[in-house]
Amino acid sequence: MSKIKKDYKNIVTQEMPKSKHLKNAIMAFIFGGIICTLGHAINVFGASMWGLDKVDAASLQAIVLVFLGATLTGFGVYDKLGNIAGAGTIVPITGFANSIVAPAMEFKREGLIMGTGAKMFILAGPVLVNGIGASVIIGLIYCFIG
Amino acid sequence: MEKNRTITFKNKPRIVSYASVVGKKEGEGPLKNYFDKVLEDAIWDEDSWEKTERKMFKWVIETAAEKGNIPLKDIDVLIGGDLLNQIISAAFAARDLNMCFLGQYGACSTMAQSLIVGSVLTDGYYFNKVACGASSHFATAERQYRFPLEMGCQRPPTAQRTVTGAGCSILSLHGESNIHITSATIGRIIDWKIDDANNMGAVMAPSAADTLSCHFKNTKTCPEDYDLIITGDLGFHGKELCQKIINEEHGITLGANYTDCGCEIFTKDMGVDCGGSGCGCSASVLNGYLIEEMKKGKYKKILFMSTGALLSPTSSMQNDTIPGIAHCVVIERLEGE
Amino acid sequence: MDFVKAFIVGGLICVVGQILIDRTSLTPAKILVIFVVTGAVLSALGLYQPLVDFAGGGATVPLTGFGHSLAKGAIEGAKEKGILGAFIGGIKNTAAGISAAILFGYINALIFKPKSK
Repeated sequence: MSKIKKDYKNIVTQEMPKSKHLKNAIMAFIFGGIICTLGHAINVFGASMWGLDKVDAASLQAIVLVFLGATLTGFGVYDKLGNIAGAGTIVPITGFANSIVAPAMEFKREGLIMGTGAKMFILAGPVLVNGIGASVIIGLIYCFIG
Repeated sequence: MEKNRTITFKNKPRIVSYASVVGKKEGEGPLKNYFDKVLEDAIWDEDSWEKTERKMFKWVIETAAEKGNIPLKDIDVLIGGDLLNQIISAAFAARDLNMCFLGQYGACSTMAQSLIVGSVLTDGYYFNKVACGASSHFATAERQYRFPLEMGCQRPPTAQRTVTGAGCSILSLHGESNIHITSATIGRIIDWKIDDANNMGAVMAPSAADTLSCHFKNTKTCPEDYDLIITGDLGFHGKELCQKIINEEHGITLGANYTDCGCEIFTKDMGVDCGGSGCGCSASVLNGYLIEEMKKGKYKKILFMSTGALLSPTSSMQNDTIPGIAHCVVIERLEGE
Repeated sequence: MDFVKAFIVGGLICVVGQILIDRTSLTPAKILVIFVVTGAVLSALGLYQPLVDFAGGGATVPLTGFGHSLAKGAIEGAKEKGILGAFIGGIKNTAAGISAAILFGYINALIFKPKSK
């Protein structure tokens, strides 16, 4: 086996174009921060203006942010933001909405049942499965130990 | 086996006609004036991306036939393929054209693979006129291999942009054209254990180096014997890797006459990361830019190679490494033959 | 001041995600799963609630907050109704976000077509 073949993976890793880590981190920080601050504002608004309790204010926050994420995806803006912001638009709940709306739109051409309906969760599905699964296990552990 | 990989065509099939079509973004690139058609948008009045790609495939065949004054019914067989599951673009185009069809799948190496099969069939007098084509579309490839278009995620800097484009060459032993296919070397599957589906250049570079070196050895030629050596879609990163590998393994230096279709169709500042990829990349560059420049006399002898990464979404998810392949054909302008 | 805290904490959580994207070969789907499960586990260990009290939206908007809501709901359900509550609580607490995502996803799919880039 030639030397270059043996070391190929390392050579590739060394020589491949790198993403701009610092710039990406700063962008993620700024965009992520903005979305979280917006969420916080919605929460505060719901609590002070409509007198919502903590749980309801959190629900309002989730609904409004999901609506924003979904609408921006529909208008074809969210993917452009995501290109700049990276994790700054993936990690907030707006990114969760984006991951549902994007395949829902994309697979509409395969029909509303097996296209939109089935493919909607190709990305968000794993999140729900693991998140809900973990929460039930945590609840059960609490039942037996707590 | 190494010796038998190279075919020398005794009757030197001619490329009697050719046509290409590309998408909007490719039409903003440096080769924009060479293509027969640049689409104004990605959908071209169809109702899905897949149908658009099929229409492009059909269009290049009809246009190539028309440019060469060849009635469609005179084309004996259509040889070609694309990137979609069950190569639906090629097969459905053949359905619409009511043609005999030999479907090819070589991932992005499909154009060269089709040319080789087509050359063999015409060189052996089995068929008179053969159309060879390939296509790819950015949006169909994205949804099949990566994410829905509206997903907001960043592409890694090693990623390449699938070219929206299609190309077709019509081969025949008889005709006016002085552009001939004289020899070809068939690729071997090479897997150097890269599993990163976002770094196709690195996957395909070893296979490109392997087929190139084998071709030079079997035909007793060296890179300087060609006016242009052009690989399919290694991209900016893969092109450098290919030069490095062929130098270290075989002591061959690929110099200024070496380039890559993926580096020619886009420029680095077009936001395409490592350049173009897809069947349509080498197909449109060959049937747009390369043959056109050979007609004009800029190039007399070129070594055209398409490179393919033979992965599927399933193999990637099962953490398999990605095998690469590369086929090359020598295209020559022969005066007075 | 609360808004500054939300900005900084939320931003930092996203930076962690960005580092995972840039430094590892994890796909976005895997990163989201890691975030949700991490949020749920931290919440179960009692470590996430203090962060929510400190940063508000900065801790609840990222997907770790979604995991936190799920786990918190399941634990509260378990406290009230035992085993049955452990099954009910998580989704009940996050129902707004999930239902909104499904409804708006469907509506957007009906209205809009994806655009090629």
